Amino acid sequence: MSAWVLDSFAIADVELRKLMRDPAELVSRAVQPLLWLLVFGQVLARVRAIDTGQLGYLAFMTPGILAQSVLFSAIFYGISVIWERDLGIVQKLLVSPASRASLIIGKAISADFRGIVQACVIYLIALLLRVPVRLEPAAVLGVLVVVTLGSAVFATFSLVIACAVKTRERFMGIGQVLTMPLFFASNAIYPLQIMPPWLRVIAQVNPLTYVVDALRQLMIQGGHSIYGLGWDCAVLTLVFLVLLGIGVRAYPHLVR
Amino acid sequence: MPEAAEASTRRRIRAAGGIASGVDCVGVELRQRRALPGILGPMFQRRKPEPGATGAIEMTGLTLQFGTLVAVDHIDCQVPHGEIFGLLGANGAGKTSTIKMLTTLLPPSAGRACVAGYDVVAAPAEVRRRIGYVPQMLSADGALTGYENLLLSARLYGVGRATRRRRIEDALEFMGLTAFAHRLVKTYSGGMIRRLELAQATLHQPKVLFLDEPTIGLDPVARRSVWERLADLNREFGITILLTTHDMEEAEQLCRDIAILHAGRIAVRGRPAELKASIAPTATLDQVFAHYSAMSEGGRLRDTAQTRRTARRLG
Ligand SMILES: Nc1ncnc2c1ncn2[C@@H]1O[C@H](COP(=O)(O)OP(=O)(O)OP(=O)(O)O)[C@@H](O)[C@H]1O
Ligand SMILES: [Mg+2]
Repeated sequence: MSAWVLDSFAIADVELRKLMRDPAELVSRAVQPLLWLLVFGQVLARVRAIDTGQLGYLAFMTPGILAQSVLFSAIFYGISVIWERDLGIVQKLLVSPASRASLIIGKAISADFRGIVQACVIYLIALLLRVPVRLEPAAVLGVLVVVTLGSAVFATFSLVIACAVKTRERFMGIGQVLTMPLFFASNAIYPLQIMPPWLRVIAQVNPLTYVVDALRQLMIQGGHSIYGLGWDCAVLTLVFLVLLGIGVRAYPHLVR
Repeated sequence: MPEAAEASTRRRIRAAGGIASGVDCVGVELRQRRALPGILGPMFQRRKPEPGATGAIEMTGLTLQFGTLVAVDHIDCQVPHGEIFGLLGANGAGKTSTIKMLTTLLPPSAGRACVAGYDVVAAPAEVRRRIGYVPQMLSADGALTGYENLLLSARLYGVGRATRRRRIEDALEFMGLTAFAHRLVKTYSGGMIRRLELAQATLHQPKVLFLDEPTIGLDPVARRSVWERLADLNREFGITILLTTHDMEEAEQLCRDIAILHAGRIAVRGRPAELKASIAPTATLDQVFAHYSAMSEGGRLRDTAQTRRTARRLG
């Protein structure tokens, strides 16, 4: 197997070991989506304020909340890499012969794992709330693929931001400024059609929109993708490769 | 051969700032090849051309600037294959900065450096494959066990699956860490982390080993065993070692050659015995260090250092 594949798995392996040592952190990330679905979703479903076609509002927003928790857990990778830089761990990795791409892909794989855990949690909540989720193996597999792509995109995005801002304090600031708009300027909790045109333009260049769009068809009975699954996955793959390309060049700057 | 001997004597005795020797190493044509496959090309490549027949470490006019501060100032220095070389100098002299350039972490502001025959700028991947590095700061991953830290290194450095386990166990054994192998590193003492890092840096039998104050925080017994280990590695495998230290005993025990850095320049270079003799018949290395790293008032080096410091304060 190619060296960079082995290296990516080596990095992912230690990341997963760390993750498994602290399952509490993993579980605590399930609280936020639970609140969104239980409180926000239930209330808005009752008032019928948003036209979501033939889908109930809760069913409409469930894929959006999965996308949201993919985004929120992946965005944490930037701060963790700054933390590791401060501890000297990144320097050691950069001196090793592992390609820069594998250092980033390794992190992305670990983010994928987090994303998949989030997906399981949200399926569980959705079932409890009687959301009409699709459970055919092919659909579930599709969801996992999209979650994997989305996690990789946002984890890599976060690493690129970390390389640009370099300090924990600045990352905290910019992280807040970026994640909320990414979430609200997407089709996660309201459809593109009801957005004002300027917001729709932003939503259309927001990768989160394509995550949600694909999930809506794959996760919910009667849900439809606007752009088509193929297009959604192509966009996400392309965005990931571009971010990876930027990240490979930016990563060494983290230690300068 | 007589020419080479003569050249090396010249290098040894002369102070820094002399003629740059023509560094000839692989790298430039490599970089051009790499540029071809576009954005994804450089990410995944690992090439293996043969190194040129040069010294293990070659620096030519090597310079590093942080803004207006010149941390490393036109260093010319060669370290032959198989040598243990000590880089000494007061705090802030530029030792760590030099190592960071040689290990490809920081790009030089000017000049060139080759390690194990490869240019650090043009062929960094080739350099990385051939070196080991223990940074000045304690930096093993505290969230992993000692064993896992070593396993990660072994995998990233391509130590084969067949030999991995045995090498890791040997290294743990040698560093006296076997009993703690499966404890998280954040529960280790400082000295234990240092020993783990040394194990990590030597696991793949690098050609050149960079150690930034390797025995800092080690107890006297551990320190001696590390010296022995380094001397063994050097003798058995011909590993070239460049280390920095503030411990004159360490420098004398280990290093065949030392250089004293002062304000980013090499103030002097030579065998410890020669340097001592050049100061006074009974001089100690401490005195040599003091002599060259706090050059007499009005000395050229001190002057430049002071001007720079003032410039920095004002700037
Ligand atoms: N990231 C940085 N940004 C700005 N200046 C730096 C940076 N790193 C080092 N310097 C400066 O470069 C000079 C050389 O520092 P360096 O760390 O190389 O010294 P050193 O010889 O390793 O010292 P020590 O014995 O204390 O480890 C110092 O004046 C230091 O302040
Ligand atoms: Mg230092």
